[in-house]
Amino acid sequence: MQFDVAVIGAGVCGALITRELSKLDMKIVLLEKFSDISMGTSKANSAIVHAGFDAKTGSLKAKLNVQGASLMAYYCNKLSVPYKNIGSLVVAYSWADMTTLDMLFERGFENGVPNMEIISQERLREMEPYISEKAIGALWAPTAGIVSPYELAIAATENAVLNGARVKRNSGVMDIEFKDDLFFITTASGVIKAKYVINCAGVFADKIANMIGDTSFKIIPRKGEYYLLDKTEGKMVNHVLFHCPSKMGKGILVTPTAHGNVLMGPTAIDLDFDSKLDVDTTIDGLNEVKRAVRDVIPSLTTRNVITSFAGLRAHIDSENDDFVIGKSSANEKFINVAGIESPGLTAAPAIARYVGNIFRELAPQYERKENFTATRPAPVRVNELSDEERRALIEKDPRYGRIICRCEGITEGEIVDAIKAPCGARDVDGVKRRTRAGMGRCQSGFCGSKVVEILARELGVPMNQITKHGNNSMILFGKTK
Amino acid sequence: MKRELVCVSCPIGCALSVELSEDGKEVLSVSGNTCKRGEKYAKDECTNPVRMLTSTIKVNGGNHPVVPVKTSAPIPKGMMFECMKAINNEVVDAPVRIGDVLISNVCDTGVDIVATNEL
Amino acid sequence: MLKYDLVVIGGGPAGMAAALKAHECGVKKIIILERAETLGGILEQCIHTGFGLHYFGEELSGPEYAARFIEKVRETDIEVKVDTMVTEIRTGNIVVATNNTDGLIEISATAIVLAMGCRERPRGALDIPGSRASGIMTAGTAQKYVNIDGYMPGKKIVILGSGDIGLIMARRMTLEGAKVEMVCELMPYSGGLTRNIVQCLEDMNIPLKLSCTVIKTHGIERLEGVTIANVDENRNPIPGTEQFVECDTLLLSVGLIPENELTRMAGIVIDPVTNGAVVDENRQTTRPGVFACGNVLQVHDLVDYVTLESQIAGEGAAKYILSKNRRRSYKYAAAKAGTGVRYVVPQNINLDTESDVKLYFRVRDVYRNAKITVKSGDKVIYSKKKPKLCPGEMEYVVVKAEDIRALDVKELVVSAEV
Repeated sequence: MQFDVAVIGAGVCGALITRELSKLDMKIVLLEKFSDISMGTSKANSAIVHAGFDAKTGSLKAKLNVQGASLMAYYCNKLSVPYKNIGSLVVAYSWADMTTLDMLFERGFENGVPNMEIISQERLREMEPYISEKAIGALWAPTAGIVSPYELAIAATENAVLNGARVKRNSGVMDIEFKDDLFFITTASGVIKAKYVINCAGVFADKIANMIGDTSFKIIPRKGEYYLLDKTEGKMVNHVLFHCPSKMGKGILVTPTAHGNVLMGPTAIDLDFDSKLDVDTTIDGLNEVKRAVRDVIPSLTTRNVITSFAGLRAHIDSENDDFVIGKSSANEKFINVAGIESPGLTAAPAIARYVGNIFRELAPQYERKENFTATRPAPVRVNELSDEERRALIEKDPRYGRIICRCEGITEGEIVDAIKAPCGARDVDGVKRRTRAGMGRCQSGFCGSKVVEILARELGVPMNQITKHGNNSMILFGKTK
Repeated sequence: MKRELVCVSCPIGCALSVELSEDGKEVLSVSGNTCKRGEKYAKDECTNPVRMLTSTIKVNGGNHPVVPVKTSAPIPKGMMFECMKAINNEVVDAPVRIGDVLISNVCDTGVDIVATNEL
Repeated sequence: MLKYDLVVIGGGPAGMAAALKAHECGVKKIIILERAETLGGILEQCIHTGFGLHYFGEELSGPEYAARFIEKVRETDIEVKVDTMVTEIRTGNIVVATNNTDGLIEISATAIVLAMGCRERPRGALDIPGSRASGIMTAGTAQKYVNIDGYMPGKKIVILGSGDIGLIMARRMTLEGAKVEMVCELMPYSGGLTRNIVQCLEDMNIPLKLSCTVIKTHGIERLEGVTIANVDENRNPIPGTEQFVECDTLLLSVGLIPENELTRMAGIVIDPVTNGAVVDENRQTTRPGVFACGNVLQVHDLVDYVTLESQIAGEGAAKYILSKNRRRSYKYAAAKAGTGVRYVVPQNINLDTESDVKLYFRVRDVYRNAKITVKSGDKVIYSKKKPKLCPGEMEYVVVKAEDIRALDVKELVVSAEV
């Protein structure tokens, strides 16, 4: 199969870039190693829209962060992705911390972050009634927010598919050869030919670049562990709460999520180069998260934990830890989008536009499409509807009346929609990320088997062929009888 | 010959000590029990242990692929896996009602396999 | 808006018993709302025998026990809506529910019985570190796959938690051809019935490892194994005792949580120990006209006790519906947990109660030759020796109505003293 562009990696950057490039009249394919969109860094991170005061002034990170933060609301609106502009607070516990806040304020100002303020203890307590008594002030950044990262990646992919892009899942890239002005990309599902390649392979971006002889950067997987708490704890935190930064990074944060849970984490542990799939949680890591959060909100307990998880950040192994975005030194038709760690999620919409510009300069022969659609059809969210809307909907399709996931109130209709969507769900975790079925406090204890049943029915396969997250992650073995 | 057992007749769970004859077929004495039921349990368990067996049988044309079943009376403990083979080989057609005999005299135990739900 | 005298939320053993009792007491318009496709609740998948010994004097399987009540419901004019999920209880006891035939329904109820049952504690809440492979599920989920759907959820199995569901599943999986490697129990004793330890584990040659837990899961796609370790008296893993056990499935049987989301939404006060509503001796919650019974109120060991408790709630609801004066007396004695006791249900007892009251409770630890007492201030109202008490078994004491009416100090403290 031949394409104009192959984008490698369906994380939030790969998905948004594919969408951006689907504005042009050409053939694009998005290649994903795993069984679904957003299976790497994009599914397990802090889900934060950073205001933009962290990155070094003048860096690509700083520029794309501030741009991304201001684009996020627009993108999430167009793509129907949960986003809340709740603002962030960097909390200070000492006078030394207050000095750091000044520094952050100034850097933020230089970076172009709007409307920041350093606020008093009193005002902080008004905004966060449960905050530690030791907190003496904070840096308030109203442009920060929270977003559902995997839904952003999924929505962008759906939108790209609507605009003609192809997506190939379970298609990990094993080798790339460049001959006759074409990239021959050997994947787990066959050979793909493309004139241009965009490398968005996250923690694997260095390995992909190596395939064309580009050894200019190395990615270290940096593990971060998190706890996700029940929505019952939602009232405990109103804004994104950061610790004052230290040499070890921005530290462990506490934040509401776009769906009303509380998220706390991450730790930061550098793994070996070859541990790029290690997302195991650890006793030490989880204990560290608990300890750190106790300092911020002492009354927040982990009694109502829904789950814990770990993600890997794609950390560039160099002094200059900026994003690596641009044409490869080894082949200018190969664009690297690498080292996209924090504030990568925030920057993603800006990265997509930035890469779009690089590509248009590189390949001016492609015209803009006239019929590009910027939106995806908003998914039905039954539990957000009024009684009347709900009645009307069930009248039209009774499946919206049958609740499958009781914790989150997700109906059969929504699950079927998720399966039938462009690049729809093929496994239980895919249904979960698209609909939230199984995301609640019982963690799919009740609805798990029903979701398996619906997937099997809609995909026309027996229940034992349905997996949790692709490949060998089957849920059932054979029949008992 | 001696055998140690935990009585299951009630939640106390007495630790029973059973003295058996040389061939193990006869109970000579039971100690450790706090009531008569313990003695009976020990005797039954040592001379003729029996169990209720429950499983499922494949059903054609029902609203579920299998129907739950049980033995109509306890069967010898040693026969459980043999009876499972018979249960696994059986296929019945819907409708099935509670109490329907799906296998009669399973493995010559004199006990039937009966359905415990309707399908 | 539909109107009913009594709306029963949940059509398992609790809901059916409450509805039938209320019907027997003369309540006319009753409806049961059940979220599954059939009445019967979790009993439908509990195909082992052992149900009904107390209530029917027979050893029945779960579906058989349920069927006896389902038949009785069918013989009455109690209405039933299955596949119907209640989403909210609004002010004025209006129940909102949804299904695929009626759409969204609003039912105005004179009284409501909450009988939603409980759910199993999932992996996330346990905080077991490690991978997110498939093959980690609650014992109840596995039970549904095997007994209802007819699929094997695993071949080589480790079970964490020796509660009765875990023990029952150890035997079920073995009988169906799987290899159950072991059952690990965090506590130094099993929470399951002795009978199940003997008949589910010993019969099947499955080792029970006490004071032992799973500290890590392995495998990226399907589970490949678990690391287990012994724990000290504070339940912390002991370094050096780690052991890798190869398995493709980890079944969790580590506790049940009453499903009180609706209850909380309705503003009803919840007992932090039982995780169920605070109720009086009629099982009326803190919200007038709303009653609770079965596993949504407190996790039971025996369905027979669920039935009995639900009949109390059904009768209480009937009294409420049929009485002209529904005002509450607010003259209560508080039933409290004393030494060695975790909780007591009901938590409040009307001082003018006409009948004797059974106080249900669970003890904190395994006690031998303990004395159960009920005291009001310094006055001992009840005292009895028990040869053995354990947290896995729900106990009860009966307090006489005349003793309650004669109370000076308005509290009843239940203790287990060694």
